[in-house]
Amino acid sequence: MRIIFEKRNTISKKAIVLVPVASFLVSLFLTGILLVIFKTNPFKTYASMFMGAFGSWMNFTETLVKAIPLMLTGVGVGLAFRLRFWNIGAEGQLVFGGVAAAWVALYWSPFIPAWMVLPVAMAAGMIAGALWAGIPAVLKVALSVDETLVSLMLNYVAIMIAQGLYYGPWIDPDGFGFPGTKIFPQSAWLTRFSGRAHYGLFFAVIIGFIMWVVLNRTKWGFELKMIGRNPRAASVMGVKIGRNIIIALLVSGSISGLAGVFEVTAISHRLQQGLSMGYGYTAIIVAWMAQLNPVASLFVAVLMAGLLVGGDQVQMMMGLPAAMGLVLQGMILFPMLAGSLFTDFRLKVITRKEEAAV
Amino acid sequence: MEEKQPVPILEMKKITKQFPGVLANEDVDLELFKGEVLALLGENGAGKSTLMNILSGLTRPDSGEIILNGKAVDIDSPRDAMHLGIGMVHQNFKLVSTMTVAENVILGLDSENFVLDMKKVGKKINEISDHYRLKVDPDAYIWQMSVGEQQRVEILKLIYRGAEVLILDEPTAVLTPQESNELNEIVKKMTKEGKSAIFITHKMDEVMNFSDWVRVLQKGKLVSVVRTRDTNPKDLANLMVGREVLFRIEKKKCNPGEVRLEVKNVSALNSKGIEALKDVSFSIRAGEILGIAGVAGNGQRELTETITGLHKVLKGHIFVEGEDMTNKAPIDLIKAGVSHIPSDRVAMGIVGDMSVASNLAMKEYRKAPLTQYGLLHPKRIFNLAKGMIELFMISTPSPNTNVKFLSGGNIQKTILAREIGACRGLLIAVYPARGLDVGATESVRKEIIAERDNGKAVLLVSEDLEELISVSDRIAVMSEGTIMGIVDTETADIESLGLMMAGVSLKESGAKGG
Repeated sequence: MRIIFEKRNTISKKAIVLVPVASFLVSLFLTGILLVIFKTNPFKTYASMFMGAFGSWMNFTETLVKAIPLMLTGVGVGLAFRLRFWNIGAEGQLVFGGVAAAWVALYWSPFIPAWMVLPVAMAAGMIAGALWAGIPAVLKVALSVDETLVSLMLNYVAIMIAQGLYYGPWIDPDGFGFPGTKIFPQSAWLTRFSGRAHYGLFFAVIIGFIMWVVLNRTKWGFELKMIGRNPRAASVMGVKIGRNIIIALLVSGSISGLAGVFEVTAISHRLQQGLSMGYGYTAIIVAWMAQLNPVASLFVAVLMAGLLVGGDQVQMMMGLPAAMGLVLQGMILFPMLAGSLFTDFRLKVITRKEEAAV
Repeated sequence: MEEKQPVPILEMKKITKQFPGVLANEDVDLELFKGEVLALLGENGAGKSTLMNILSGLTRPDSGEIILNGKAVDIDSPRDAMHLGIGMVHQNFKLVSTMTVAENVILGLDSENFVLDMKKVGKKINEISDHYRLKVDPDAYIWQMSVGEQQRVEILKLIYRGAEVLILDEPTAVLTPQESNELNEIVKKMTKEGKSAIFITHKMDEVMNFSDWVRVLQKGKLVSVVRTRDTNPKDLANLMVGREVLFRIEKKKCNPGEVRLEVKNVSALNSKGIEALKDVSFSIRAGEILGIAGVAGNGQRELTETITGLHKVLKGHIFVEGEDMTNKAPIDLIKAGVSHIPSDRVAMGIVGDMSVASNLAMKEYRKAPLTQYGLLHPKRIFNLAKGMIELFMISTPSPNTNVKFLSGGNIQKTILAREIGACRGLLIAVYPARGLDVGATESVRKEIIAERDNGKAVLLVSEDLEELISVSDRIAVMSEGTIMGIVDTETADIESLGLMMAGVSLKESGAKGG
């Protein structure tokens, strides 16, 4: 008997749903082995992770707090990935968005009506994120510079700019040298509806659904699909490739930038250390697990946020390092990548008898 | 009864393969004898390519067996096939375009040494190309080559790897008459040396010239096995489609109107920076088909791509309906009513991972009724597609099937349906019938003539002189980037066209100008 891979003739719809679910289970299993090595009961660990993330309303709001930036960045990078544009700079776009929002909150708010502070901060953050994503896009289109490196390196640039600001010119004079800006005026606070969970959630969900409509039901989405799947044919069909890549990346960056706006206006209420929590990187996992579907990204983001919150919980309850959640996250990506094989291929078992016949 | 029969070196027995919605092969048998050439005939989607993909290890049959030299073999991958001495040249070449000829030839081979000796490889390539007269430069890059040259690389690759059984999928579809003859010589030389070949073609005269045996497939089933010397093209064509085929196309007299396309002293560089078009001028009127004849790689691609806005014009002007469209973007030319059936249908004509319906809508999606207020109407796209599928007889399981799962002929019909549907003034068709079977070729040609009769101007690029003569009204012959002459089809003869293709100008070749 022998097992071989055979190319599927159509892409299996079932596999598209089953693969992420199965890979999640496989990663639970693999992490389970790791937990056994750590001499902990994997079932108990998973149970306490689950309870920590979803066990009570209070815990769930914390999961939402982390889910919101993951939703936004996940939708953002997913858009770029659809064009085969490897934007791994969501982290920098988020940070730069946060910086812009802080600038508005700290230095503009005295001059504009209170009700306008948040909208202006959001707009500024989105423009900043767009700008940050636009750099690799323009470089790629104009000079064929590899976008992966540029977008990755710009993450560090954005983080350093933020640090330079809250350690330097923007530091709170009454903060005893603590790295961070002054607390924003109240007008720049985004309302929380429960615990720390804030109205950014609604923006994230709405943007997810809008993106789905844009990608699947608009002329522009149709063109993006063509570019992503066969750029040469797209250009023959009159689609302007370079311009569309730049526009898509501006949109992608602005969505990630918005995530940064919410982080500073709803969570920290100031620009300080800890704005860069790695959401922009986890977003890559979110986007892939959601198969680049923006609506699915929303749900996957909640799951991923649950892993982060649950990881913290494990640290307290089981005496394990909080990194366990991160380990599990990493463990998810591998079966996912391996699993994508099954959407294009199927396993075929050949018995000896068949083999003789072939 | 114990008559002594030659034993076939290769047998395929009762091969069956089911694809979603299509039974590609059903109980197909095949025999190949040493030193002989077998022609495989059949319409698009008759299952020839599938059968050959099974033999070359690309797909597995659902049932059936393959016997090589009297032993049942299991072919799991192209690598297995290669080890067994079976190699295939596909319709769409499998070459890495950013690598050189030599690199492509050794790609995937187990090398004896850790360090590659490219000089030795180059030497061996030169030996093979001398021996079989396959003109190829081992150090040239694939992306710089014409389709005809790339095919030579594919064949050379198989010989280099010691293939005993060569499978050629539509090999002459991309070749000029001269190149076809060369290929014929190569194959003859190989069979004399004991190699065998299977080839798929639609050109009857080639079946007659090339092959020893013919097997005819129809809708996945083997319908006939005949010795080539016992048959004739007309019978074969009938066996293939199961009905009479018109080889001559009836067409009305050309009735040209106003000038739709004017190309004036156009020069352009190719991707290597060498002048590929030199001072090209011609015009096409409404209701007229201008054929462009020439050996592949003589500037036809650059010519059609400058007219469609995909390639930069260096000097000169292009006017569409009197308006200067020199170096305008493709979208501007589409808006000016120019339709384009590109030369490489899979790479340029379709998006394989999108549905047939989406592909059919790729020109009209910008406008109402498919788009309104920026929103697409999937249902309208679906219905439009359904109508086009019916009208152009595209065989697909559903409008929602990804177009890459269709056969080559049906992919071409999809492109044709879309381009003709969107065409308003000028149709540019580049090798529109390349690799299509008799039935599909006929319908493609008829559609093109119908467009002419509808008052469109048509630019038809082809390497098939018969096609150019039967379809076009005037023929321009290109050689090394210049137009050697333009002749009226009625006064044209194949010899003088052939001479012009070889670079002899109109005056010298003696044909009457048009």
